Amino acid sequence: MNFEMIGITVLWTFLYGYVIVASIDFGAGFFNYYAMETGQHQKVSHIIQRYLSPVWETTNVFFVFFFVGIVGFYPDTAYYLGTSLLIPGSIALILLSIRGSYYAFNSSATKPRKSWAFLYGVTGLLIPASLSIVLVISEGGYIYEDAGGVQLDIEELLFSSYAWTVVFLAIILVLYVSSGFLTYYASKAKNKSAMETFRKWFLIWSLPMIVISQFTFLSLREHNFEHFQSAQDYWYLFGLSLLTMLIAIFLFWKRRNLGLAFILIMLQIAFAFYGYGISKLPYILYPFIDINTSVVNESMAFALTIVFILGLVLLIPSLYLLLRLFIFDKDYVEGREEEGY
Amino acid sequence: MDEVLLGRIITASTLGFHIIFATIGVGIPIVIMVMEFLGIRKKDTQYLTMARRIAKGFTVTIAVGVVTGTIIGLQLSLIWPDFMRLGGQIIALPLFMEVFAFFFEAIFLGIFLYTWDRFKNPWHHWLLNIPIVVGSTLSAVFITSVNSFMNTPSGFELSEEMFVNIDPIAAMLNPSVYVRVFHVVATAYMTAAFILGSIAAFKLIKNKFQKDAEYHKKALKVTMSIGIVTALLTILAGDFSAKFLHNEQPEKLAAMEWHYETETHADLVLFGVLDEENQEVNYALRIPWALSFLSGNSFDTEVTGLNDIPEDEHPPLVIHYFFDLMVVFGMYAFGVALLYFIIKKFTRFNEHHPALLYLYFLAGPLSMMAIEAGWFLAEMGRQPWIIRGYMRVSEAVTNADGLGIVLVSFIVLYAVLGFTCSYVLVKMFNNSSAESSREEYYGEGVDAK
Repeated sequence: MNFEMIGITVLWTFLYGYVIVASIDFGAGFFNYYAMETGQHQKVSHIIQRYLSPVWETTNVFFVFFFVGIVGFYPDTAYYLGTSLLIPGSIALILLSIRGSYYAFNSSATKPRKSWAFLYGVTGLLIPASLSIVLVISEGGYIYEDAGGVQLDIEELLFSSYAWTVVFLAIILVLYVSSGFLTYYASKAKNKSAMETFRKWFLIWSLPMIVISQFTFLSLREHNFEHFQSAQDYWYLFGLSLLTMLIAIFLFWKRRNLGLAFILIMLQIAFAFYGYGISKLPYILYPFIDINTSVVNESMAFALTIVFILGLVLLIPSLYLLLRLFIFDKDYVEGREEEGY
Repeated sequence: MDEVLLGRIITASTLGFHIIFATIGVGIPIVIMVMEFLGIRKKDTQYLTMARRIAKGFTVTIAVGVVTGTIIGLQLSLIWPDFMRLGGQIIALPLFMEVFAFFFEAIFLGIFLYTWDRFKNPWHHWLLNIPIVVGSTLSAVFITSVNSFMNTPSGFELSEEMFVNIDPIAAMLNPSVYVRVFHVVATAYMTAAFILGSIAAFKLIKNKFQKDAEYHKKALKVTMSIGIVTALLTILAGDFSAKFLHNEQPEKLAAMEWHYETETHADLVLFGVLDEENQEVNYALRIPWALSFLSGNSFDTEVTGLNDIPEDEHPPLVIHYFFDLMVVFGMYAFGVALLYFIIKKFTRFNEHHPALLYLYFLAGPLSMMAIEAGWFLAEMGRQPWIIRGYMRVSEAVTNADGLGIVLVSFIVLYAVLGFTCSYVLVKMFNNSSAESSREEYYGEGVDAK
């Protein structure tokens, strides 16, 4: 494999990781606030906190990793996306900052506040919306280059049906994935009533999820027909995505094998996400950034690849340890902790 | 206001805010590590409580550090896209490694903070400190390497405005990297220690919970010990910095010393007011020949003056004041730590006399201001370049509209975050005594040794 393919595969995989962990994270923050508003706080919030506390910071690093990596492997992205995204990017950054800090403020404060829970709950839904704009722009048609440099056509973006479909897809995805995960997590915690609540939320969000994913295809066809055509070559990936989704919903419906059901959700998203990614190639930003011509110089690409492999040798066991301690550890999940020193 | 200035102010405010939390983030883990070590070793639950309470506050500061770090990471591309397109060919490696170091730290920090009671053997929990200290220090190392590259670029050739024949390792190990990494890490450890020392001194002054006095005295002793060692290292780093600037960045040295004529036996100038017309410095404290000596360990060292540097490459002369502030504040903290130990070991005076406590209390905030002044000196001192010698700041700024509104939004954000963060921290510790935390963590029967 050549460096431009290695680079994009690595980055896409990290972005996928971010989509999963961030969806759980953002959705959990939102559900936490929703539960407060509807008086279900006592029932579900400690489950949410127990999961979020040790991992929220790691979630954020997935994102940092992706954008540092993409600028490293393809420096042109800094120029085109950096210039055109000044305003949307700044909005996303401000939302991310509010969410990250107010989550920590609220969970450390002696007395948690509802207004702070509101801040990180609501920003949790706005962040996926604002970040998904980057994917929209990467389809091309929203930025142009003139004598003054790269410009973003905000009007075009604002009135584009494709952009809005992707934004809604991002929001629904967050609610769908996180309610699915929380159902599984609550069932591991043997907390029946919380599990039932999360399951109900999951089933509520699965219908719009099916609808919106079909809609996205239709509007992509409108917006970038070339990409839509090449996506059809990978129809089997999208078919598998739909199939895994239906099985997952069935399992949640039947309250059976929730662990497997959540893995199916991850697969569902993986199939769709990689299918979308592969069919997009060779463009990162249509038509300005083609991975074949914009990859970083060879010696740097080589160094990045080596560092990446060494980094994984460190990260994978550490992440495994984190999962062992906070997700797969029965006592922790159930809230029973051993006496220490 | 023009775009370049707006871009510079946005970046300066983000970094100026971020380094407060970044410095704490790099320095605190080592203090926690020492305190937990003492606690386990001496079987003293007061030290353990100290480590735990600091870690609890640390969670809040690290959150702000993480989000502002994310901001600066993306802002580099948003505000300076041309710089990232050109520089991205070279600084990608240390940036990437920084993220790995940070990732590593984030994972273990999550584990560390939520497993105090989960290990039978306390040393197992203590071991988690190692990856945290390594991760936080290495992120400082790698990110400083990026900044050093911008000051003293190396490891490439330039051909038609593109970098070619790139050697990523040589670029990372550019001429200034060792000195700057040493300086950054030593001052971060030092500042974190003095900040915690300030808190201990403050609590002793207020004396709100009388049974906590012994706890805070112990905290003061540990932080002053770490403070004095790291302050000595900082002084050494400062000396290296002068020599490195003399060799690698003479224009910065000349500007920060208001040194116009190239000469041997150059004086070191502290404070004063500059008369730019006549190139004269009035009301200054001059230390004869000291600048030559600092630059090359000999009075015969010839120090380049501003008159031998093209006018359009002069850094702003205001950096002289930042230099003065940095040195004075840093020396103050060192002096306070020295005073503490002299009084404690060699005199019969009480080292916890209220007047002294006020002096100790000032060391933390002043060290942090020294950090700010030092970064202003370092960054403004390489103006007008963004990559020294290759790309000017004015060529790197984005052409997108809206920098003004971006600036205002971020300043509001930092004000709100800074305020809430302080509020949470004060609330967290104001009404809970250390003794009650100790009883909560380790039970009432346990006696402090």
